[in-house]
Amino acid sequence: MRAEIIVITSGKGGVGKTTTTANIGVGLAMNDKKVALIDTDTGLRNLDLLLGLENRIMYDLVDVTEGRVPYKKALVKHKKFEKLFLLPTSQVKDKSSVNPEALMKLCDEMREEFDYILIDCPAGIEQGFQTAIAGADTAIVVTMPEISAVRDADKIIGELGRADKENIKLIVNRIRPQMVEQGDMLDMDDINDILSITCIGQVPDDEKVVTSTNRGEPVVGNEDSLAGRAYMNVVRRILGEDVPFMDLRKDSFFRRIKRAFGMN
Amino acid sequence: MFDALRKLFGEKESSKDTARRRLQFVLVHDRASVQPEIMDKIREEIIGVISKYMDIERQNMEITLANGDKDNSVALVANIPVSRMKHGKR
Ligand SMILES: Nc1ncnc2c1ncn2[C@@H]1O[C@H](COP(=O)(O)OP(=O)(O)OP(=O)(O)O)[C@@H](O)[C@H]1O
Ligand SMILES: [Mg+2]
Repeated sequence: MRAEIIVITSGKGGVGKTTTTANIGVGLAMNDKKVALIDTDTGLRNLDLLLGLENRIMYDLVDVTEGRVPYKKALVKHKKFEKLFLLPTSQVKDKSSVNPEALMKLCDEMREEFDYILIDCPAGIEQGFQTAIAGADTAIVVTMPEISAVRDADKIIGELGRADKENIKLIVNRIRPQMVEQGDMLDMDDINDILSITCIGQVPDDEKVVTSTNRGEPVVGNEDSLAGRAYMNVVRRILGEDVPFMDLRKDSFFRRIKRAFGMN
Repeated sequence: MFDALRKLFGEKESSKDTARRRLQFVLVHDRASVQPEIMDKIREEIIGVISKYMDIERQNMEITLANGDKDNSVALVANIPVSRMKHGKR
């Protein structure tokens, strides 16, 4: 095995990096891939909650990078998916102890054991960002159809390019189809055009993301949720499938009826 | 034409189009400011082209990104003092 290591990043905070990491991770595991998720948002630990693993944590990333325990001991296995693992970050310890070199070394060590390693990045472009991207081969930039989020994404794309990351991909999260239709929200094509990088996902704003986060069970693959289907499409594109983008406006009544009759 | 008509009837540009236009504007400046070496390259290449036809005062030339005439438009403004025109060769 030789994992592809992908950092999930955004620049602007709160646009859905952690949600995206959890959903892609679970989606890849549903496709029988062996996956490790590394939370690098030290001091603001969240990925454990999204995966419902908060009560199983024994050690964390800082314990590993400071050499107190081998990484295998700190990995938390998912309850349902045997091949999905979380390396949680520390909620209290000094962030500065996780530096780019330490993470690079860890990624190289873990690479042989997994098919995919996803790194959840903190917001901003400071040290935490530099550390998170250090060990990654490539990046997924998450943004929202909102002017400041797109601007920050552009900045991040520049930084990733200067750090020699190739094949950077874009996910536009929290699209509100109705606003797009009224001409009041940038759509995926606008953002794609402005940022000129390949888009591998457009995820609608969806209440089911909130309810599934409440439960600690990512929404990916849930056919009743547009976001759940969108995230699964992202996963399939990462796996190399050519999946057409769904028309978010059309999850109308008509589609739902068709689905109810098993026609879709 | 349609745009003019729309304006005549007081219909505003959609907020999405405004967002697009404003973004494109700031990104020209953002990208140029994080990579000053690109402006240097543009300067050198412009000097190369113009020098074929004219002698220019390099130390007094200025090339900058400035705001254009319209809202949210960007202009590449070059001020290149010329000291002599060369003889044209055919
Ligand atoms: N597609 C979506 N539909 C509805 N809510 C969403 C969607 N994506 C994310 N959210 C909500 O947005 C909030 C922020 O998401 P998340 O924590 O994943 O962002 P983040 O980029 O990791 O934030 P931070 O920069 O703080 O790490 C959460 O409350 C999440 O449930
Ligand atoms: Mg986060």
